[in-house]
Amino acid sequence: MTYADLSDALVSRFGDAVTGRSEFRGEWTLALRPDSIASACRFCRDELAFDLLLDISSVDLFEHDPRYELVYELYSLTHRLHLRLKTTAEAENPVVDTVCSIWPGANWHEREIWDMMGIRFAGHPDLRRIIMWEGYPYHPLRKDFPLEGKFSDVPDVAFTEPAPLAGGPFVTAPVAGNTEVREPRARRAGDPPPRRTFTAEP
Amino acid sequence: MSEHSPYAYDSKIEGNIIFTTLDTAINWMRSNSLWPMPMGLACCAIELMAAGASRFDIARFGAEVMRFSPRQSDVMIVAGTVTYKMALAVKRIYDQMADPKWVIAMGACASSGGMYRSYAVLQGIDHLIPVDVYVSGCPPRPEALLDGLMRLQQKIMGEPSFLEQKKELLASI
Repeated sequence: MTYADLSDALVSRFGDAVTGRSEFRGEWTLALRPDSIASACRFCRDELAFDLLLDISSVDLFEHDPRYELVYELYSLTHRLHLRLKTTAEAENPVVDTVCSIWPGANWHEREIWDMMGIRFAGHPDLRRIIMWEGYPYHPLRKDFPLEGKFSDVPDVAFTEPAPLAGGPFVTAPVAGNTEVREPRARRAGDPPPRRTFTAEP
Repeated sequence: MSEHSPYAYDSKIEGNIIFTTLDTAINWMRSNSLWPMPMGLACCAIELMAAGASRFDIARFGAEVMRFSPRQSDVMIVAGTVTYKMALAVKRIYDQMADPKWVIAMGACASSGGMYRSYAVLQGIDHLIPVDVYVSGCPPRPEALLDGLMRLQQKIMGEPSFLEQKKELLASI
């Protein structure tokens, strides 16, 4: 079994639902439409022997459409191969089908994504926050959430206050661009405004 | 024993009689038997453990009896990053400690939030509970904690609680 076989198997099974596939330094990535990610995951586990879900992560592609990207890292103990699946979620009401019934380990990964990024998982058995507390009103890893935080208060549970950043380094500015543009290492009075052009990305 | 010592004794009857004030005697007992509540929240707790272990041996200062019950503790050593999720739990444990009680903020995070200028971290435990001694460092060496403990002992030795009570009593009469 090679990556090309795996990739071909997925493409032949899911056809148009595979919106892209790429290979970078021996790592294979397949992009899928959001409505077919759960069935593709089940196919990967049952037919292609990807019996281990290493991680699910999410990316906020702020000001892109669709806004969110989910990344599933699969590993096959049988074939000793990695495979990366990607899918997307809309900015308005981001929902993706759960893969908890396929790999039980997805439970906490999906709860973390809901907590930090605010993407819901349809069919998740226990979609509560996992890091922040119940009642915290924000999703802090979104790009439009300020690093210093916001006021919140859940009586007898926890409160938050903005931290005094004083315009310091790594403060996210609500502008388009890559991390270097949005979160410069230093800002001083009289500095030119943050560049709006990409520097490292095309 | 120096001329300005709060204790006074006669070398001819050494070991039998010491003259002092009640405040000094009580403070001397309190400051040399500080039972810590080890509120270990991050890497500072490792240095706190090192301070308790044989090489640094916090027992030399009478503070080796780490109590994991706030009811039995005198000094809370807040060692580590206080997240907002933990903040009210720290306050609750402080509230459960019996008076008299003291707090050492160990390290940059407990003192000021440290390097975590972040949505998730309380910017210093003094936002919630009164702190007696701040120990700098990230994390502080065990020597720094021992220095903080000695400073707390000096602070306790200067506490005029019984003198204050006596003044209040005289004023009420």
